[in-house]
Amino acid sequence: MALELKVNGQPAGVDVDPAMPLLWVLRDVLNLTGTKFGCGVAACGACTVLIDGEAVRSCVFPVGQALGKDVRTIEGLGGGKPHALQTAWIERQVPQCGYCQSGMLMAAAALLAANSDPRDADIDAAITNICRCGTYPRIREAIRIAAQNLRGGK
Amino acid sequence: MKRRTFLLGALGAGGALVVGWSLLPPRSRMGSRETWGRLAAGDSVALNGWVRVAKTGEVIVAVPRSEMGQGVYTALPMLVAEEMDVPLAQVRIEQAPIDAIFGNVAMLAASLPFHPDNVHGTAGRTAQWFVSKLARELGLQVTGGSSSVRDAWGPMREAGAAARAMLVAAAAKQWNVSAGECTVDAGIVKHAGGRQSRFGELVQSLDVVPVPSTVRLKDPGQFRLIGTPAQRVDVPEKVDGKARFGIDVRLPGMLFAAVRMCPVPGGRIANVESGVAMKRPGVEKVVRFAGAAGCAPGVVVIATNTWLAREALSKVDVQWDPGANATLESRAQIEGMRRALNDEKGFTFHERGKGSDALKEAVMVVEAEYRAPWLAHAALEPMNCTAQFTADGRLKLWAPTQVPSVLRHVAARYAQIEASRVDLEVTLLGGGFGRRLETDYVIPAIAAAREVRPRPVHVLWSREEDMTHDFYRPAAVARLRAGLDASGNALAWVTKSVSDAITPRYTERAYPALAADTPDKTTAEGLIDQAYEFPHRECAHVTLKTAVPIGYWRSVGHSHNAFFTESFIDELAHAAKRDPFEYRRDLLKSHLRHRAVLELAAQKAGWTQPLSAGLARGIALHESFGSIVAQVAEVSLSEGGPRVHRVVCAIDCGSVVNPQIVAQQVEGSVIFGLTAALYGEITIRQGRVEQENFPQYPMVRMAEAPRIETHIVPSGEPPGGVGEPATPPIAPAVANALFVLTGKRLRSLPLRLA
Repeated sequence: MALELKVNGQPAGVDVDPAMPLLWVLRDVLNLTGTKFGCGVAACGACTVLIDGEAVRSCVFPVGQALGKDVRTIEGLGGGKPHALQTAWIERQVPQCGYCQSGMLMAAAALLAANSDPRDADIDAAITNICRCGTYPRIREAIRIAAQNLRGGK
Repeated sequence: MKRRTFLLGALGAGGALVVGWSLLPPRSRMGSRETWGRLAAGDSVALNGWVRVAKTGEVIVAVPRSEMGQGVYTALPMLVAEEMDVPLAQVRIEQAPIDAIFGNVAMLAASLPFHPDNVHGTAGRTAQWFVSKLARELGLQVTGGSSSVRDAWGPMREAGAAARAMLVAAAAKQWNVSAGECTVDAGIVKHAGGRQSRFGELVQSLDVVPVPSTVRLKDPGQFRLIGTPAQRVDVPEKVDGKARFGIDVRLPGMLFAAVRMCPVPGGRIANVESGVAMKRPGVEKVVRFAGAAGCAPGVVVIATNTWLAREALSKVDVQWDPGANATLESRAQIEGMRRALNDEKGFTFHERGKGSDALKEAVMVVEAEYRAPWLAHAALEPMNCTAQFTADGRLKLWAPTQVPSVLRHVAARYAQIEASRVDLEVTLLGGGFGRRLETDYVIPAIAAAREVRPRPVHVLWSREEDMTHDFYRPAAVARLRAGLDASGNALAWVTKSVSDAITPRYTERAYPALAADTPDKTTAEGLIDQAYEFPHRECAHVTLKTAVPIGYWRSVGHSHNAFFTESFIDELAHAAKRDPFEYRRDLLKSHLRHRAVLELAAQKAGWTQPLSAGLARGIALHESFGSIVAQVAEVSLSEGGPRVHRVVCAIDCGSVVNPQIVAQQVEGSVIFGLTAALYGEITIRQGRVEQENFPQYPMVRMAEAPRIETHIVPSGEPPGGVGEPATPPIAPAVANALFVLTGKRLRSLPLRLA
């Protein structure tokens, strides 16, 4: 049974069980490996993607529930040009090993889409992903820089 | 004069360094133009084992260390680019082939159990020289021990300087001028007369230029790149999803596999029922494999994607024979260690003055027992490896590993083929922290690939398998005693600790023929090697072998021994009714670097300034991996638990290659250590690790992450490590603040108030 998905604005047909978690469809079927596996129980956030703009942990999200929705992964975050968050991430030199950063960026993108001027408590509440390298202080700063740039129309 | 000794001496003088490596043992690490082998063919020419120049002008640098977040893909090419006078943007890195010139000499030299005060004595220098020579011959290509920059500081700058000299010689020959009249700027050789050539234009004439036998390294005052916060070269691909980790290896025809391994150390498979799993869609094979290299025996399910493999694995019914460790309990192990503290004499690593006899002369003896649990590494990228037996009989491996040369050795042994027939590609590492110094993850991949040859197969562990089959930071107990005089000054420092020893266990797994239960510095580091000037010292350790697999965990022995040492120093200060900062400073009269670090942290933290109500400060100082770190933590109690708001960190890590990377590593190390201090504990019941995933093994997240400030002490000394030294001090800094807040001295990790 072929499922018709829309990933990063492009149609994508996949012949998989609708119960298959979206994470593995992205990584193993569509070869979009930017989305990572970290825990399999929605505890770490490495697999975070956007579904209709909402941050979703794709390791426990059945692909069947993504039909007719807009799936956005790190590969399509900026839609062709770097997203303000990606620019801020580079400016602040956020990543270390980098493994969690796709999920962090997607969670941050959902936050900024809903809140153009997040306070510390908003960031604490929205970014619950794990970074084992400890890049949290820089992520916080980069989110603020990106928010400011977006508000300023940059 | 022995080269290594000469090198150390000359660097200590701090001036320009002239090295002649062709004459002096240990052998040169410059390598030859042939080191690159077939890689050098085509549009580029190798100048030595480390540097190649392409016709495009691009400089290609061999990087023999793994990028696991610590910034080596940026810091190491900076060393070459500096000496070559080429912009970092014009430099591309390639994974170095396996060759003895790339072996990590600095790491092995640092494994000797010397007190830092004695390293420069005759015995220390002789032993260091010997181990360096041995390390050069062994060629262990290892990323660990915060040693990458320390190890590369000489060889990679020498390689860059030699390459630069050859480019200059080629241009000078073309122009028929003296090399001394030429300069290099931004990848262009220039002559005073106005002629100039880009590096790429000189490639064709480089073949006839001899490799120089001596080079002049830049004086630090001439550095243009070293010491600057150059942007990391790996950051852009880490924000757009393009970075390739081990988990991202994708090959034509590749299969995906899931693995389950015996949950009890030393256990075996009794029976496997895989009939149901084999009927699942997409399943190719169910493979039973024997344990090796520390990897437990287990079952691999190979399928057309990871999810199908995971689903089918859940339908495989495995009966385990847990063996002798069926009743293994961490609690009982700790009690056994506490008994050994009383019953065993142990090995004395360090003794000075009258040792423990000096306690008899003390006016007051302070004594305390400390404890630390086992810890998992929990790198966010779970263990994985991709393997393929090719039709021509080679074994190809793709692995996120810290130990290419060890991995190749172990893989060849398990696959029963010659190491020369094993090809290994090292990917980016989604965290290492010492977990990827192990080689166990290659075993299930080889077992799987053997059954589906010649197709490649990617074996990815679940988080549960990763967490329950780690090589844990060893648990430890320690008794610390100190004798104080009438004014509270510490006269004697006497410690005894008990733990298993990592290095012998690691050697048993990787090189069983070399395994021996010799004293292991990692057990005692952090207790025996600190700078405090006690006239009398005695530090012993008892190695108690346990069945719990143990391994190197970021900052290794320092990770718990710093907690013991720096908490206990705080106890002494309070016993002496003195300020903990001043008490430490007074114990560092002749250790000026340590004192400067301590003072800088205290000053930047406003140690003497009042804090708002409910907040308290704790301080800790610790030296490890060639660097000295002091931290001041500001802590409060929230809902009964500690909450760390701000950490001020001062570090003396010698010469700094990239201060931006130093700050990153300090921040990351503090948070890594804070997770251990607040939450980290692996427990074992009936032979099985109880924590399987992040809900049972919590991590510091955004909401608990403190503000962290890094202050670097300027230094002209050779570089120290930066990947680990900021981890050890955070636990005692927080514990010392908690004592101020609660009056309660927490002597066991993690720090629990209730």
